[in-house]
Amino acid sequence: MNVAQFFSRTDKSVISNWFWTVDKGALVSIFALIVYGLILVATASPSVALRIGVTENHFLIRHIVFLIPALIMMIGVSMISPRNLWRLATVIYIGGILAMLLIPFVGMEIKGAKRWLHLLGLGLQPSEIVKPAFAIVAAWLMAMQKERENFTGDLYAAGLYAVFVALLLLQPDFGMTMVVTCMFATQIFLAGLRFRYLAIMFLAGLCLLMSAYYGFDHVQSRIDRFMNPAAGDNFQVNKSLESFQNGGILGTGPGQGSVKMYLPDAHADFIFSVAGEELGFIFTFLLAGLFLFILLRGFNHLMDTEDIFTIIACGGLLAMIGLQALVHICSSLNLIPTKGMTLPFISYGGTSLLSVGFAFGAVLSLTRHKKRSGIVKGKTRKRIR
Amino acid sequence: MKRTPFSKLSFTMTGNRGAALEMARSRIVLLALVFIVAYTIVGIRLFDVMILQGRFWQDVEDTRAVEAAVQTKAPEAVRRGDIVDRNGAILATSLKTASLFADPALIVDAQETAKALAALFPENTYENYLEKLQKKGRFVWLKRNLVPEEQHAVMLIGDPGLAFQEEYKRTYPQGQLAPHIVGYVSRDEMGQAGLERAFNGLLETEETVLKTTLDIRLQHALRQEIANTIDIFSAKGGAGVIMNINNGDVLALVSLPDFDPNKREKLDGDQIFNRATLGVYELGSVFKIFSTAALLEKFPDALSMTFDAREPLKRGRFTISDYHPEKRVLTVPEVFMVSSNIGTALMGEEIGTEGLKAFYKKLGLLSKPDISLREVGAPLYPRPWRDINTLTASYGHGVAVSPIQLVAAVAPIVNGGLQVTPRFLKPEGEEEVTKTTAMRVYDEQNGEIMRSLMRLVVTEGTAKKADVPGYEVGGKTGTAEKPGAKGYDRKRLISSFMGAFPMSAPKYAVFVAIDEPQGTKESYGYATAGWTAAPTVARVVERMVSILGIPPVGVATAETQEDAEDMGAKTQLIAQPVKGQAL
Repeated sequence: MNVAQFFSRTDKSVISNWFWTVDKGALVSIFALIVYGLILVATASPSVALRIGVTENHFLIRHIVFLIPALIMMIGVSMISPRNLWRLATVIYIGGILAMLLIPFVGMEIKGAKRWLHLLGLGLQPSEIVKPAFAIVAAWLMAMQKERENFTGDLYAAGLYAVFVALLLLQPDFGMTMVVTCMFATQIFLAGLRFRYLAIMFLAGLCLLMSAYYGFDHVQSRIDRFMNPAAGDNFQVNKSLESFQNGGILGTGPGQGSVKMYLPDAHADFIFSVAGEELGFIFTFLLAGLFLFILLRGFNHLMDTEDIFTIIACGGLLAMIGLQALVHICSSLNLIPTKGMTLPFISYGGTSLLSVGFAFGAVLSLTRHKKRSGIVKGKTRKRIR
Repeated sequence: MKRTPFSKLSFTMTGNRGAALEMARSRIVLLALVFIVAYTIVGIRLFDVMILQGRFWQDVEDTRAVEAAVQTKAPEAVRRGDIVDRNGAILATSLKTASLFADPALIVDAQETAKALAALFPENTYENYLEKLQKKGRFVWLKRNLVPEEQHAVMLIGDPGLAFQEEYKRTYPQGQLAPHIVGYVSRDEMGQAGLERAFNGLLETEETVLKTTLDIRLQHALRQEIANTIDIFSAKGGAGVIMNINNGDVLALVSLPDFDPNKREKLDGDQIFNRATLGVYELGSVFKIFSTAALLEKFPDALSMTFDAREPLKRGRFTISDYHPEKRVLTVPEVFMVSSNIGTALMGEEIGTEGLKAFYKKLGLLSKPDISLREVGAPLYPRPWRDINTLTASYGHGVAVSPIQLVAAVAPIVNGGLQVTPRFLKPEGEEEVTKTTAMRVYDEQNGEIMRSLMRLVVTEGTAKKADVPGYEVGGKTGTAEKPGAKGYDRKRLISSFMGAFPMSAPKYAVFVAIDEPQGTKESYGYATAGWTAAPTVARVVERMVSILGIPPVGVATAETQEDAEDMGAKTQLIAQPVKGQAL
């Protein structure tokens, strides 16, 4: 390869090919998210760290320790072909499910739930990484059904879903169950399930919520407190709202906020409140806007693609990220009952970073400009088999 | 193949790949719309919480609440500052006392407790206490500012519903000495009169000490002598001022009758009324000081002018006559010395309406004096001012001023011509008013002539009883009839003497006015200033010189005289032999 060709549009090396085909708008947005995340974890976590008795930079260091592999994973995954992507996802899904099976025996219990595996001094949450892998595997199975007459991929996908959710409920982890369910529902929706069945699914979901309300005390109490703020202790939500009110237009400035001193999960489940107080309305609005931008950019790519697997997989992953961000933001703004959820790429949360990295990597990989490479090569686009 | 929703779906989809993609795309649009709507709601909510409900708008309200909280707390937390005289003697101070209140909710036996309280503090009845003790609320005052023995007795009652709150009680250790200057405070320590009122804001801050220009020794002397004169001449009241004419320090200010600020339960308005600053009076002939001074200013050869006082002066429907008619042509010093109304009225005519008005205005006699006490009376003068008013105003009829205003106006005429403003607070450091800091309002040479004329009044004229040997007292008497329902009342007089000493280099002005004195056997029935106010000033000056240790004229050294006021105790010792000499 001569020098002139290096990194040009006709350079067909993996890196060069990736660079010219990847969605750079989305990539820049993701890096903006990462910068937001670093700033906010740096400002929000020391007070939390000191409160639980570890060193000041405990969380920031861990955030960076997970961020680097997450970035490598994202870039790496975004380079691989769709076929390799679902192969990788299958491996991760199986590995993750096995790890989840181990948890009841060797897992760490934190705040009444067993979700974590202890590895090399770091807590890992296998379910987090299974989540995007499941989305890709399920999407592939559903897409396969469209290709092969007698392949009942939908049923297999439903089976994988059942296994995953069963293990999640065992931990228990209702938040993730909800996200996974919504994600899977989105995928079925995109796969073309008729509205009448969707309506049935919606009703079933409602019944599940109702049963959760009556079956679990803490769910009931949270919803009651949301519906009727005077009924009980809304300390976290009140503090969170107070932080937004404090912030005003330009915020108190990074590190100058006070609400993080009171919120127990300021570095994770309430990091958006810290953003509100310290960065102010303009930057917080921009942050929410970044998520929407990434989502819409992703959906826009899906409109161009001819590939049903890309649509279902990306649609599911984007819905997952969008929903997770939405639940986090709405919880802190008291738009919905509080549900602890990390803000993708912003919150501290080891495995969740890896998971988001993998998910974004997959989205970037599937939304690369395949058509253009096809024109350059003078061939038709490869089919996924 | 099994019939499941999914299998049916897959049948449809595999049959038409393009249709499946179309459907997926339309559903992506739907999905995107859902997210757009959701994030728009988030954006609106962010705007709502951060901007509309934000601190940005609510700052005003927040601080108001905090301020209100601070204000309701303040009166019990802060000790009010002291007021002291120029030598540090305490005029007003706040003592910590216990105040008794009840929390009716905690009262165990209301009847027994009420009985015990009624026995202890008989000023309220058993029913009264019982009514308070069985009230609905959680707080009711029973008695404020208990002395320790009373507090102990209340504790022995032993009811848990009785409790104390520490409070400060304003006390005035000098009692009746200077109530009009010091003033007093309300139940909740808000200044109501005098300096307590004028400097309420300052006194409310902790650890302030308000140092006044007052000297309680002079205050005592002035008050006692005026009270004595009132007594002798069965007068209605009196007022007096001692002022340092070089810097405006008010050393003493008396208004009688007065009151004890510690016991203000039964006061009448006459006692509270400050005659020295709030009351304005037509003081009569003392105003001849001003008209004569104005004449000197207008005519350089004034001393050679003569005025015909042989006949009462007729101007229009007015007739001006003299009290002790000389029935001859008088020179200016003679007019001043014998206090001729006719002569002075003719002088006024020479000066002219505009000239006299302008001169009075220059001395501050036609505007409200600028003093720190809030009890200030504005002068009364004829409006409109006709030419006839110039004649009467030249001998003090028709113009009413307060004693403090009169003293302030006389000061520049005798102190070398510099304007002074009476002051009640002693500034740190700065002492005399000098030519560079004060405004010149009167000529120095004419001032010297005025001083000799005023001295003449004491040596040869109407105020012989004002003399204190060795101290060159000078001044002017004034006996004015008080305006009654039908013109001026011959029986109701205000007799006053405006004095200053020593006339060769005056430092102190002493003014005394007696309200409605009645003649006695000793005074041969006279109640005029020469018999009442003049001798009072003489006695005050006698006491002043011994208190301040002022040596008689000729004996004085510059050093002792300058420090006299402030080095009270020390100079007093030095003064003892001097006093003997003086008398």
